[in-house]
Amino acid sequence: MQAQTLYEKLWSSHVVHQEADGTALIYIDRHLVHEVTSPQAFEGLKLAGRKPWRISSIVATADHNTPTDHWDMGIQDPVSRQQVETLDANIREVGSLAYFPFKDARQGIVHVIGPENGATLPGMTVVCGDSHTSTHGAFACLAHGIGTSEVEHVMATQCLLQKKSRTLLIRVDGQLGAGVTAKDVVLAIIGKIGTAGGTGYAMEFGGSAIRSLSMEGRMTICNMAIEAGARAGLVGVDETTIAYLKDRPFSPKGEDWARAVEYWRTLVSDEGAVFDKVVELKAEDILPQVTWGTSPEMVTTIDGRVPDPAQITDPVRREGVERALKYMGLSANTPISEIAVDQVFIGSCTNSRIEDLREAAVVARGRSKAANVRRVLVVPGSGLVKRQAEAEGLDKIFIDAGFEWREPGCSMCLAMNADRLEPGERCASTSNRNFEGRQGAGGRTHLVSPAMAAAAAVTGHFVDVRTLA
Amino acid sequence: MNPFTQLDGLVAPLDRANVDTDAIIPKQFLKSIKRSGFGPNAFDEWRYLDVGQPGQDCSARPLNPDFVLNQPRYQGAQILLTRDNFGCGSSREHAPWALEDYGFRVLIGPSFADIFFNNSFKNGLLPIKLDAAEVDVLFAQCEASPGYRLAVDLAAQTITRPDGKVITFDIDPFRKECLLNGWDDIGLTLRHAEKIRAFEAKRRTEHPYYFA
Repeated sequence: MQAQTLYEKLWSSHVVHQEADGTALIYIDRHLVHEVTSPQAFEGLKLAGRKPWRISSIVATADHNTPTDHWDMGIQDPVSRQQVETLDANIREVGSLAYFPFKDARQGIVHVIGPENGATLPGMTVVCGDSHTSTHGAFACLAHGIGTSEVEHVMATQCLLQKKSRTLLIRVDGQLGAGVTAKDVVLAIIGKIGTAGGTGYAMEFGGSAIRSLSMEGRMTICNMAIEAGARAGLVGVDETTIAYLKDRPFSPKGEDWARAVEYWRTLVSDEGAVFDKVVELKAEDILPQVTWGTSPEMVTTIDGRVPDPAQITDPVRREGVERALKYMGLSANTPISEIAVDQVFIGSCTNSRIEDLREAAVVARGRSKAANVRRVLVVPGSGLVKRQAEAEGLDKIFIDAGFEWREPGCSMCLAMNADRLEPGERCASTSNRNFEGRQGAGGRTHLVSPAMAAAAAVTGHFVDVRTLA
Repeated sequence: MNPFTQLDGLVAPLDRANVDTDAIIPKQFLKSIKRSGFGPNAFDEWRYLDVGQPGQDCSARPLNPDFVLNQPRYQGAQILLTRDNFGCGSSREHAPWALEDYGFRVLIGPSFADIFFNNSFKNGLLPIKLDAAEVDVLFAQCEASPGYRLAVDLAAQTITRPDGKVITFDIDPFRKECLLNGWDDIGLTLRHAEKIRAFEAKRRTEHPYYFA
């Protein structure tokens, strides 16, 4: 048989029906649901008198609107509260495999709770009305972000209409240096191929540097595949994948486990499989990354400088850089290490898992928030992550450093709740998007790793975390 | 969904690359549980000088005179010219809802982000990909001639410029058919319900652990 890529294996094992032009109906194994992109879908179903096709595929949580402090006071914003209560009511009426509502011990960011509960398994198709669904591809499942019409379509039919993507392999070989993390790897990839570099592709990450990452690190990388334009990120199954999934609540048990693992081991790109495109990076070349602009591709290394638009010849690009620098309040050629920050955000579906918090805590331990930094938010990805961090004493390290230890949720990644930047405020953020206004109208976001965010918090400006012994 | 067949419409140019869905419809408006009424908040942060809140009467808000869509000559535009990677970022379908509610029916640009592209078709909004050079000409013509209009014919897959030049565009046959007829995807898919059930039964046997 011809050598196949992982994507081709996942695709062909889910095609239910194919139209003449290649548009296919793909069977969906797991449907993750949150409060923002689902109400119109539930309403659409109801209006059409349709019932969900398979309730046991649904895992739901409230994460985008939920506050990260004063949970005893409930959700203060009435519009946010209505959206969360609408999800409560819809799930109550329709049913689900699992629902982790606001304040539940296992509530959290949808892309954190899926994997940690074993609800995301290799070989599955996973969808969610959220672009960062690409995260789940770290488990060798075909995971797509979808729109609300598609959420309704999946609920009603258990299928998604899709055309096959082209395949792109990002190979990162070598050994990452100390202080260089998965976040730096993915920012470097986006810097190299651009925010549309993966458009139309399923993006598989391979090579020895990817293999050496934990599942948390792989999730960080697949999470940001969408920031390079790819709807799906992928990493093949190995022992790290299998070890992570053992004994999770929804992971297979007993005989099923053995049978599943046998199948999962086949979920890798075959030797000699041909990709439509291959991009290679050397791990040793990757340094800690900091974005300086309003698109994730506007990124450089910690020893770099803000670019000079005068040096750019392409007029659309030059205007884009000029506009970004104006919005960001930055002058051309400023050293990145001279940029001071007002707030620091450690959290989001990109970097809120236990490993991320440990990396930040290593830097924060025995240090204090710099005087010019107004606030440092540490927002764990889920209730389970929070409990784990507290068991390890990480919360004390953060609190001793003057950081705020919060309840889980999406928080200031997109600022739908009360956590946000004020106009003009500058933030070192472990999230995924530095778009204009993303963290609050007029807010200025610089994307970094958890270690680099903690380093900025304790020094007051961007600094090479490797120099903080 | 409203069908789309033909449109002879006023054109507006949005001359910047990587316009993300956060810019098309900022997060505070995503708290709505409805799928209509987003038009007044399309491009909210660029369009108004103040910070918008959900449920606000936008007619009294201060407009940003520097934002292109606020120029009198582009009022009533139904076709938006865009640059590369339009609609990148968040999967929020509120973005096409907002554009459609604002009055746009056609977007023309060199490339669109995948999820946004897909979401547009579900809402009777036609995104058309053209060569970058072709798009450059449309921007230049549009900016040079007030009242610039284009005629779009989906069945024929053509755009006709005021100077008579006819540009053809590609579109997936399946999407074209759905849009021309205003078909509901779900109804179409459910014609294959037997096939879905058979697939599901087989999968349940082969991989029972996905059906816990």
